[in-house]
Amino acid sequence: MSRGVRSGLFLVSAAGLTALLLWAVAGLPDFGHYRGPYGKVLNSVAVGERHTTNVVAAVVFDYRGIDTMGEEFILFASVMGVALLLRNPHRERRQVPARIQSDAVRLAGIGFAAGLLVLGLYVVAHGYLTPGGGFQGGVVLASAFVLVYLAGDYHAYRSLSPTPALDVVGATGAGGYTVVGIVSLLLGSAFLHNFGPLGATGKLASGGSIPFLNIASALEVSAAFVLLFSEFLDELVVRPEARSE
Amino acid sequence: MDVLVPLVVAVPLVAAAALTAMGQFLGRRVDDLTGIAAAAATTVVSTMLLLRSLDHDLVYWFGGWTPRHGIALGIAFDVDPLSAGIAALAGALMTASFVFAWRYFDEVGTLFHVLMLVFLAAMNGFALSGDLFNMFVFFELMSVCAFALVGYAIEQRAPLQGAINFAATNTVGALLLLFGIGLVYGRTGALNLAQIGRALDGRPPDGLLVVAFALLLTGFLVKAGAVPFHFWLSDAYAAAPIPVCAVLSGVMSDLGLHAVARIYWPSFSGVFAADAGSLRAILVGSGVLTALVGGTMAFFQRDLKRLLAFVTIGHVGIFLAGIGLLTARALAGTTLYVLADGFVKGGLFLAVGILLRRARDGDELRLRGQGGVAPMAGVAFLLGGLGLAGLPPFGTFPGSALIIRSANDVGYGWLPPLLAAASILTAGTVLRAGARIFLGVGDADDPSLSHEPPAAEEEPEHVPGRVSPPLLFGPALALMVVGLGLAFTPGLAGRATQWAQRFEDRPAHTAEVLRGVAPRPARPPAFHPGAAPYVYGAISTVGAVGFAFFGLYRRRLPALVRRVPGRLTAGPAAQLKALHSGVVGDYVAWLTFGAAALGCLLALTVR
Amino acid sequence: MSYLPYALAVWILAVGLYGVVRSRNLIHLVVCLTVAQSSTYVLLLSIGYVNRGTAPIFADVPKGTRAVDPVVQALTLTDVVVSVTVAALLLALAIQAQRHADTTDPDELAEMHG
Repeated sequence: MSRGVRSGLFLVSAAGLTALLLWAVAGLPDFGHYRGPYGKVLNSVAVGERHTTNVVAAVVFDYRGIDTMGEEFILFASVMGVALLLRNPHRERRQVPARIQSDAVRLAGIGFAAGLLVLGLYVVAHGYLTPGGGFQGGVVLASAFVLVYLAGDYHAYRSLSPTPALDVVGATGAGGYTVVGIVSLLLGSAFLHNFGPLGATGKLASGGSIPFLNIASALEVSAAFVLLFSEFLDELVVRPEARSE
Repeated sequence: MDVLVPLVVAVPLVAAAALTAMGQFLGRRVDDLTGIAAAAATTVVSTMLLLRSLDHDLVYWFGGWTPRHGIALGIAFDVDPLSAGIAALAGALMTASFVFAWRYFDEVGTLFHVLMLVFLAAMNGFALSGDLFNMFVFFELMSVCAFALVGYAIEQRAPLQGAINFAATNTVGALLLLFGIGLVYGRTGALNLAQIGRALDGRPPDGLLVVAFALLLTGFLVKAGAVPFHFWLSDAYAAAPIPVCAVLSGVMSDLGLHAVARIYWPSFSGVFAADAGSLRAILVGSGVLTALVGGTMAFFQRDLKRLLAFVTIGHVGIFLAGIGLLTARALAGTTLYVLADGFVKGGLFLAVGILLRRARDGDELRLRGQGGVAPMAGVAFLLGGLGLAGLPPFGTFPGSALIIRSANDVGYGWLPPLLAAASILTAGTVLRAGARIFLGVGDADDPSLSHEPPAAEEEPEHVPGRVSPPLLFGPALALMVVGLGLAFTPGLAGRATQWAQRFEDRPAHTAEVLRGVAPRPARPPAFHPGAAPYVYGAISTVGAVGFAFFGLYRRRLPALVRRVPGRLTAGPAAQLKALHSGVVGDYVAWLTFGAAALGCLLALTVR
Repeated sequence: MSYLPYALAVWILAVGLYGVVRSRNLIHLVVCLTVAQSSTYVLLLSIGYVNRGTAPIFADVPKGTRAVDPVVQALTLTDVVVSVTVAALLLALAIQAQRHADTTDPDELAEMHG
């Protein structure tokens, strides 16, 4: 189809689809007046049952834990997929860009990277107490590595993030989540059933197996994002030989 | 709760993670062996789940969160024999693909095996899940793995096009699906399918529910490949490596339709009860359209993989029409058909794979007469063609018998002839290709066949020595035998109908899921096919053979006979082929059109 | 007025899809796809909002305080991860398109057709 015909077809269809969707959302409860039972029940029981003050984390890692396992593996699979798609066995290394000369930039970078690491670890560790969690903290941790590349040079970044090690870390995170579920099976209860002492609400040692799942997802997410960044960065920095025709 | 249920998802995932972490330190064949072992183990577990769920569903609440006062707090897997059967099909096809892929994906280390194992876990989870958002999560997991696997041979342009079109269209479908899920959640406050059904009960559907259902349907039909959402399928399946194609075609497309049934019966059958007639018309109509478009486009292909992709689309149309009849018997029949057909299509793709490796070409015309390098593949083609045609009493016969009876019961007596026509188109084309390649008959050239694939070399060359023949031929023939022999399970049709009836009985099913109330034991009804299915089976088999002859010798018909029909069909045929342009913008435009059309049709007919 | 957030979600979806259909560059296509996906975030989060509700985190507020729906927040978290992963894969495909097909225009990538 020519672009004109395509646009015509799309505009007509989109007009229809938009009209249908607007008709549909008119049937939703008014904004701010949501009264669904699921969330209400969880808000009222989660803190008492799991001793975690962050109910979203309780939902993510406990009540709907199998969803999060699937989500972790989506990230895992996408990293493997990107590695598969961007593979290039004939890669040869060209000159990598010169190191950043300014000491001030490097110093600031190191300072910020260290700060980001600490912040990331804090967000991960307190994920089930205050806003945060494995996913959010994992991304902050990954950004610390990216900052090393930005403020320093490619070799420093690469020596901090070797692909084989990151593969192992990511697989440990993703597999570890599943293994925690299997441990629950071995203990005689359902897959991903919470186990371990629930501890005191509001303290770090609480939530049973939620901290383990939290750490597993943090490992997986941070490794995944650093790997993704490395894959794409290699395309830029390491030029493959002339493409085959 | 049965401890085996989570294993169908957990075992492949742990195997995949372990392979990634340790594969680089272990020996050379570890990934092949791990893949085969994990897939085979999962198949065994799925079969055991099938056998354990014969009398009552296995409802598994993850995290131990059983429902409280009728509100589902956690996520449930709802295992019944029909969905366990599809999970077993996925496992079996994956095992066969791993055997076929022995030593062929060494250059990427463990990446291929890891992605395939995660793919298997996702398919199992998607088939068994009883929670709407959990289905979406596994849907996306399947998609992500499939996008990467389709683009495996990334240096060539065809896999690039296939993967991009696949990724873009399926992502748009997924986000429409999620929009629908959001709407349903906003209305019911629930994500568990049985609980949604109970929350929606009693009142007629309004705009929100009609559009939400249309969006959910769109999302799943994009995955399944129904017209007009099917364009990506022919590009992706034609470009993916053969082991991936076998799994995609054998089970992933059918999972989209399985999902339509899984959300319709527990959640929407109550609220749409008064409108079942119009819903039926829409679904059956789409199915027939898909079946005929798929079959016709299959006829015009010379690239074997693209030909089989359109055969897949054609059969998706048959399944959609079957499910669209909205009766228990038709659901049972469609599932049996899906199972047998999945094995047959997987076997056919593996047979094409044998040709690709031995003859180094995938073009029907260039391969004319070259089939001698792999006569076993010829046997597979013959069995496959007959299986697709529905030769009684093999393979798909019980399934199609149930569908035919159900169609007659609800007054859709015009449906079986159309489905037979679709089978004739698809099976006849497969038989034509097989005859041309292995018997060397038919014209050497046919200008109406489009898309000549690039010359040779679709498989990596570097494999030292040859893979031993049993590993090459075994999987394809084994799949064929299982697919055709499935029909001989005693009492299959009657028992399948009973399972479908259990699934269809919404109040009893909801009680079973949310409150653990076991269903009343009942004897499975005996099913006597009667004469009609045999007649249709014979017609489609003979018709397929005749159509194969037509395809082979079309140009030798006297010019007088050819002229008028030729002139009449040339224009529409060219239009149809031109629609399959390969451009992703066109595909997404058609997707939007299909979604809007589906929504409008539902809105106008449901009241 | 209270339907405005939902209507906004619909609008974002429409705009994103328009971009995808008329895109001339794969990178642009990925961005438009991300825009379209963000419409689902807006929809989900708007659905769960409760007037004068705080975040569902009870570290510093007493347990019975009115809070918004935590389930949609978990759903949106998953949704964001899914968007990122699909964008990563499509971008990888875009890179390979530039390298092997020397173009990033989706209209020119139609190797198979008919």
